[in-house]
Amino acid sequence: MPVETKELKMSEGLLSFITEWKKKPGNLIMILHRVQGEFGYIPKGIAEELGKMLDVPLAKIYGVITFYHFFKLEKPGKHTISVCMGTACYLKGGQDLVGELEQLLGVGCGGTTDDGQFTLEAVRCIGCCGLAPVLTVGQEVFGKLTTDKLPEIIAKFK
Amino acid sequence: MAVKNYILVCGGTACESAGGGDIYKSLLSEAEAQGVAEDVQIVKTGCFGFCEKGPIVKVLPEQAFYVEVKPEDSKEIIAETIVKGRIIDRLQYKSDQGAKGEAFDIENIEFYQKQYRIVLRNCGLIDPEKIDEYIARDGYAALEKCLFEMKPEGIIDELKIAGLRGRGGAGFPTWMKWNFTKQVQDEQKYVVCNADEGDPGAYMDRSTLEGDPHSVLEAMTIAAYCVGANKGAIYIRAEYPLAIERLETAMKQAREYGLLGDDILGSGFNFDLEVRLGAGAFVCGEETALLASIEGNRGMPTPKPPFPAVKGMFQKPTVINNVETFANIPVIINKGGEWFSKIGTEKSKGTKVFALTGKIKNSGLVEVPMGTTLREIVFDVGGGIPSGKKFKAAQTGGPSGGVITEKDLDTPIDFDNLIAIGSMMGSGGLIVMDEDDCIVDVTKFYLDFSVEESCGKCAPCRIGTKKLYEYLDKITKGKGEMEDLEKMKDIGSAMKKASLCGLGQTAPNPILSTIENFYEEYREHIEDGKCRAGKCKDLVHYEIIADKCIGCTVCARKCPVNCISGERKKPHVIDQDKCIKCGACYEGCKFDAITVS
Ligand SMILES: Cc1cc2nc3c(=O)[nH]c(=O)nc-3n(C[C@H](O)[C@H](O)[C@H](O)COP(=O)(O)O)c2cc1C
Ligand code: SF4
Ligand code: SF4
Ligand code: FES
Repeated sequence: MPVETKELKMSEGLLSFITEWKKKPGNLIMILHRVQGEFGYIPKGIAEELGKMLDVPLAKIYGVITFYHFFKLEKPGKHTISVCMGTACYLKGGQDLVGELEQLLGVGCGGTTDDGQFTLEAVRCIGCCGLAPVLTVGQEVFGKLTTDKLPEIIAKFK
Repeated sequence: MAVKNYILVCGGTACESAGGGDIYKSLLSEAEAQGVAEDVQIVKTGCFGFCEKGPIVKVLPEQAFYVEVKPEDSKEIIAETIVKGRIIDRLQYKSDQGAKGEAFDIENIEFYQKQYRIVLRNCGLIDPEKIDEYIARDGYAALEKCLFEMKPEGIIDELKIAGLRGRGGAGFPTWMKWNFTKQVQDEQKYVVCNADEGDPGAYMDRSTLEGDPHSVLEAMTIAAYCVGANKGAIYIRAEYPLAIERLETAMKQAREYGLLGDDILGSGFNFDLEVRLGAGAFVCGEETALLASIEGNRGMPTPKPPFPAVKGMFQKPTVINNVETFANIPVIINKGGEWFSKIGTEKSKGTKVFALTGKIKNSGLVEVPMGTTLREIVFDVGGGIPSGKKFKAAQTGGPSGGVITEKDLDTPIDFDNLIAIGSMMGSGGLIVMDEDDCIVDVTKFYLDFSVEESCGKCAPCRIGTKKLYEYLDKITKGKGEMEDLEKMKDIGSAMKKASLCGLGQTAPNPILSTIENFYEEYREHIEDGKCRAGKCKDLVHYEIIADKCIGCTVCARKCPVNCISGERKKPHVIDQDKCIKCGACYEGCKFDAITVS
């Protein structure tokens, strides 16, 4: 039976994942990953529900979420543009990509465009340093970039 | 019918993202369409290391080494190389140094010549998603040997003779670690693999897991047998989806083959493991923080002792090693510690994998024997600096390390020599900088990283990193004072002594090392208000040389804030008050009429 929270509900898949992991010690981070995989972030209602299901205080759940950069508390845009700011990309102009994207999208790093289409974020090395500077949109990687290629990439996802 | 040809397509993240996945699929369908599907085996392998020129496709036995391949090329590759046995000149890698014409051999590409592959032995050769291919290359032979022919003490002896030291950064002898855990009496012990790879600019562990996941599983099982553990975990960054997927496939296959789980190979020994995901906190690479994170908590380090070897995961004795450390182990068991100990230097045995990146012609993954010099890595393997620029420094050890300059290019690289010249091995990031990079700016980049990643548990690190960053920021903005350099050194040495974990203890290293090696550049920023590389925007000044300007108006049109004025065919001028130092005009001028100072 899917559990209803205020506006969102946990899918059967998520529920059975939680049941499976509930028995294992140290399960919280794995479960949060799964929640974020499903919703794109950790919705408040779901976090509260998790607290009850796992019998963990909400403060502990939020303590963990806020400690790790990977977990998001706000709903991201439809597409997340992640610009690599690892060392190799930094040396090859990652900063310029961020600057240009901020201009093009009209949002700062970490922000989401008003139309909810794009979230812009900076990430650490994604392991494609040979292609530096790189960015990803969802799972797709774009490498050896220059600022003039950015409008095309944005257009592709609009 | 027997297979006549093999096509190896690189499936590492870099190549895959540049179209490798589509190439693999289109080769398969072309082979089918042209009726040669039976003659050729098409394999998607792990990273070949030569990421700069990806996607790469190798054809054996023709020795075709095709670079920058596109999916559209598949038809021609099948028609020419597979059907007719001809090399396609257009795609074939051409060295820009060596003699041409002679029989081409992949091993002769300069990029591979000085390399020696132990850790990456299977990367680029086998399909990481097929356990049979790993087994065909001696995979799981070491595990079998350990289970049936060796006693745990014998394994430890072999590692001691080999002289293997941990590749996660600190270089601690692996045999000692295993021995501590083995000697503790406890019902429950664990083996953990550290695949957190936090250094921003390094991807050795990722490529190993993507290209040869079984090598790590086999080694972890050997470790478990040796110390008496029956459970384990691999802690891997969530940012590495492909590696996670391949690990899970590998674990599933190993279980099916009786190489993982209960009663492994009928020996009565049980061991199983699970994947645990990191969540983007650098400090979780530190072993005690990593264990806290596996336990589902905020990943904060705890004081050592007690060491994880004695009191680790869930308070139980735990062996924790890095991916690359593990990947060496099956080879050591198969070929013997004696064999391994002949490679490398007196105190650092074996090889080291580096992620060679930055201002370098052939960026990629390289594995060289310990004791190779930086000159060989940068200039022979890496092909030197692109665009005729001058080598400035190489950085190892990431945010915990330091720079190596021209004067130390010929120092044999090993754990101890790197420390002696003020850097450290770290996990294997090797970033090359050229004359266009500002040393103060790069140092600020590392400190920014450390500020962000300090977990905040202890004050020397939390406050120290912040202070150091502020001084550097001041210097890059032209507001620094010479005393700041001394102050940074003082804060740095206090942090080294008083911080709880390696993050805080090593965070000042980039500063100490660059002040030592590039004092003059710091002085220029402070006293002359000058950034020679032109990176520190507040110190940069763009000017149009009237004599050289022909008034083409390009710069005026490029300038995003419209601060360049002038009539057509007359010299232009930049309004310095409005200039945002973006450099667009400088890049746009085809007549070298704009100077940066
Ligand atoms: C701040 C910090 C970050 C670290 N990050 C990593 C890492 O990403 N990967 C790793 O294997 N070891 C890392 N280490 C080292 C580990 O604490 C530990 O020494 C290592 O996993 C031991 O394995 P080894 O003996 O095989 O090297 C880090 C240490 C510190 C202090
Ligand atoms: S040294 Fe830094 S990262 Fe390590 S425990 Fe202290 S505050 Fe945390
Ligand atoms: S681009 Fe160069 S030549 Fe053309 S107007 Fe500007 S400074 Fe003069
Ligand atoms: S630094 Fe950007 S991918 Fe590695």
